[in-house]
Amino acid sequence: MLILTCPCCGVTGEETEFHPGGEAHLKRFGPGSEDGEFTAYLFDRKNPRGVHFERWRHAFGCGKWFHAARCTATLEVFGTYSARVSAPPEEILAMIRARRPGWEASA
Amino acid sequence: MRRYSVFAIAREAMRYHQGWERAWRSPDPKAEYEVIVVGAGGHGLATAYYLAKNHGVKNVAVLEKGWLGGGNTGRNTTIIRSNYLQDPSVAIFEKARSLYEDLSQQLNFNIMFSPRGVLMLAQTEHELRAYRRAEHANRLQGIETEMVSTARVKELCPILETGGPRYPVLGGLWQARGGTARHDAVAWGYARAASDLGVDIIQQCEVTGIDTAGGRVRGVQTSRGAIRCKKLAIVVAGHSGVLAEMAGFRLPVESVALQALVSEPIKPVIDVVVMANTVHGYMSQSDKGELVIGGGADGFNNYTQRGSFQHIEETVSALVETFPIISRLKMLRQWGGIVDMTGDRSPIIGRTPVEGIFVNCGWGTGGFKAIPGSGWGMAATVAKGEPDALSGPFGLERFAEGRMIDESVAAAVAH
Repeated sequence: MLILTCPCCGVTGEETEFHPGGEAHLKRFGPGSEDGEFTAYLFDRKNPRGVHFERWRHAFGCGKWFHAARCTATLEVFGTYSARVSAPPEEILAMIRARRPGWEASA
Repeated sequence: MRRYSVFAIAREAMRYHQGWERAWRSPDPKAEYEVIVVGAGGHGLATAYYLAKNHGVKNVAVLEKGWLGGGNTGRNTTIIRSNYLQDPSVAIFEKARSLYEDLSQQLNFNIMFSPRGVLMLAQTEHELRAYRRAEHANRLQGIETEMVSTARVKELCPILETGGPRYPVLGGLWQARGGTARHDAVAWGYARAASDLGVDIIQQCEVTGIDTAGGRVRGVQTSRGAIRCKKLAIVVAGHSGVLAEMAGFRLPVESVALQALVSEPIKPVIDVVVMANTVHGYMSQSDKGELVIGGGADGFNNYTQRGSFQHIEETVSALVETFPIISRLKMLRQWGGIVDMTGDRSPIIGRTPVEGIFVNCGWGTGGFKAIPGSGWGMAATVAKGEPDALSGPFGLERFAEGRMIDESVAAAVAH
């Protein structure tokens, strides 16, 4: 069972308290962009086996969105961080590197 | 291959069963194949079998990182039905269901197909209307399904509590020709028949990389060395995204855990398959007497083959509500599989951005029922190098073209 800590209200809860929101840090392509970019934005997902960045919502708590860095192969949670960033912050990346030496963020 | 028959049993009985041969060969990989199929689950083996049988492509290898049929093929709840909503889905699922009917004879392997009937309960007004719509659609598509009354539901499955209290049964969608089959036997049967036609099935051989040059596939790197190929078919369900990454493209799929469980064995109590999608659980009884139970998938990406406990609780409480008789049954085993979900809940079969690589994935929570049809369509696609009538609508390009085959409205949940 996943245990997440909401960075907004600081409460640590198990997964039924939260709602998953899919892949994080998608770059939005809207009107005027290439068809391929728009399709990739809408449908294509990294779906990695390993380190993954996701959006979650503290649905049965403060109700706010946040980000989580998690391993899909072991269910280990590296950390959670604010939803108001467009890339994982350095301290989260450091936590991941500490646990997964040699890991590199993919584009 | 020595055929299985009543005479073979008699012959072997006379000599202490010493003469049974291995069901399939375990050859070392050759340096090059015409077609490499990655994944020896039901879909991969069926693809290899129909490549050899329907299209005469016999220089085929099926690579499997674990053991044959050890992924979702051995982890599902074995339900077979074809009462979908959209024409392309109905075409491929009905093809599969009709192939299942005489698959035991075709493969000379008893897959224990049991057309016991599948009953989908309508427990809300919305569901009732949706199933009526499916019934009408199925009539136009030539699929035999019928809306049945609550009284008939009770007759088909006497242990069902139709009175509620939360969700009384308002009716049901009944497909008499649906049912179940022995999941392992489907994989084993296809493996044995494919091996007999010359297909090399190589287990414990993990694909670790895909070699491409000039936008074309050249071969694969595996834990047993490099193998060259002209065409590559990726049929790996939950790990499709991982293989696509190796080949340098992305797929519109996300992998999540789906769980199932079985109870302790009891005397026969239910001789149909019941799906209760509103309360979210489905159940049938195996020949051993265990109740085979399935429920909902997790909502987050997961490769661990184990799911969240609350889904088991949810499923079991839903089924206890629907079948009060099972409330004191113990559950024997519980397991998870990794399913690859697409946005429209329909599979992807077809070409990929890399020339010579074909993909068959996205069957999500309902792939077992489709194995023969999926293999049939995939084999045609790989052999001809272009989509055929059965698999054509399921091409990867349908997302860019906005040509969704929306089955999420038809099923709403697991299917």
